[in-house]
Amino acid sequence: MSTTQWEAVLTMPVDEDRDHIQGPADAAVTLVQYGDYECPYCGEAYPILKEVQARMGERLRFVFRNFPISTSHPHAEQAAEAAEAADAQGRFWEMHDLLYENQRHLGDQDLLAYAESLGLDAERFGKELAEHVHAGRVHEDFMSGVRSGVNGTPTFYINSLRHDDSYEAGVLLEALERAAGAQ
Amino acid sequence: MKPEQMTRLGVAHHATPLQPGAEAPDFELPSTPDQRVKQSEFRGQPVILAFYPEDWSPVCSDQLGLYQAVLPEFQKFNAELMGISVDSAWSHLAFAKDRNLHFPLLSDFEPKGEVARTYQVYRAKEGTTERALFVIDADGIIRWSYVSPVGVNPGADGILRALEGLGTETS
Repeated sequence: MSTTQWEAVLTMPVDEDRDHIQGPADAAVTLVQYGDYECPYCGEAYPILKEVQARMGERLRFVFRNFPISTSHPHAEQAAEAAEAADAQGRFWEMHDLLYENQRHLGDQDLLAYAESLGLDAERFGKELAEHVHAGRVHEDFMSGVRSGVNGTPTFYINSLRHDDSYEAGVLLEALERAAGAQ
Repeated sequence: MKPEQMTRLGVAHHATPLQPGAEAPDFELPSTPDQRVKQSEFRGQPVILAFYPEDWSPVCSDQLGLYQAVLPEFQKFNAELMGISVDSAWSHLAFAKDRNLHFPLLSDFEPKGEVARTYQVYRAKEGTTERALFVIDADGIIRWSYVSPVGVNPGADGILRALEGLGTETS
């Protein structure tokens, strides 16, 4: 076959200063997700990831990166920028969770309401969203995903290798444990 | 992936597409019910041909939606992206509208799969095409080809790598 083959690996390494991370830097295994807040499959994965995180505790480092596919999901880009705007006020993960728990309500007014419910400076939040202050960051995540072989959402990487299997809890846990054991 | 899954995904049916170095066969196909696109009209710029099995199937939609999202990156290389399947122009029209796709979807409908055959990516048994990618340079020469298992979205990375190899990046 004439095809060029390559391994799907994370081309932009996890960066403790840049990335959105839960779990210790020296965890036994790192799981990176490229996700879209409006994608129903990511919504399906959301409680599974919570379960996996609860089961593995401090042995797992979880990283979330933005991969909004705006052509399919008209609110995905703005939702991603909203999570980044919350991050600018130190509340990324709370917003991330709210967005996935309210996937069908991601209009601009909804995003503002979530910011208010988290006690964020709503004026600053609204201004940053309107001016697309965080669009560059979201695009950087997106392109890092494209260059790493993300082919849809969610796409996962376990210790920088793409996880091409199912993301149901049992399969994901087994793959994570295998990678953790191989360290 | 288990072997039986690989068969299900079409790994066992891999075609050998036209190879890098070959001249891209010219063709003229409908892009809408009343417009036609001639491949050789794009001499002078790179062309990305994305053969996909069928409109409406879930993997295709993810793949083409991704390409739509990555389109600005392709355009940095002055590249023209075209999807091709054996579906009719009317199906393409409805599909593109539904999925918000703004690049041409060509209809290899009559004679069915004729263009796919010339690129050696027709699946005669299924009556559809492989999920195959070609990057053609400004002189009409195939510079990269790739056949993905039918059930697997190949992503956009390979296309970008191939385009980088052409040296037409503008920014």
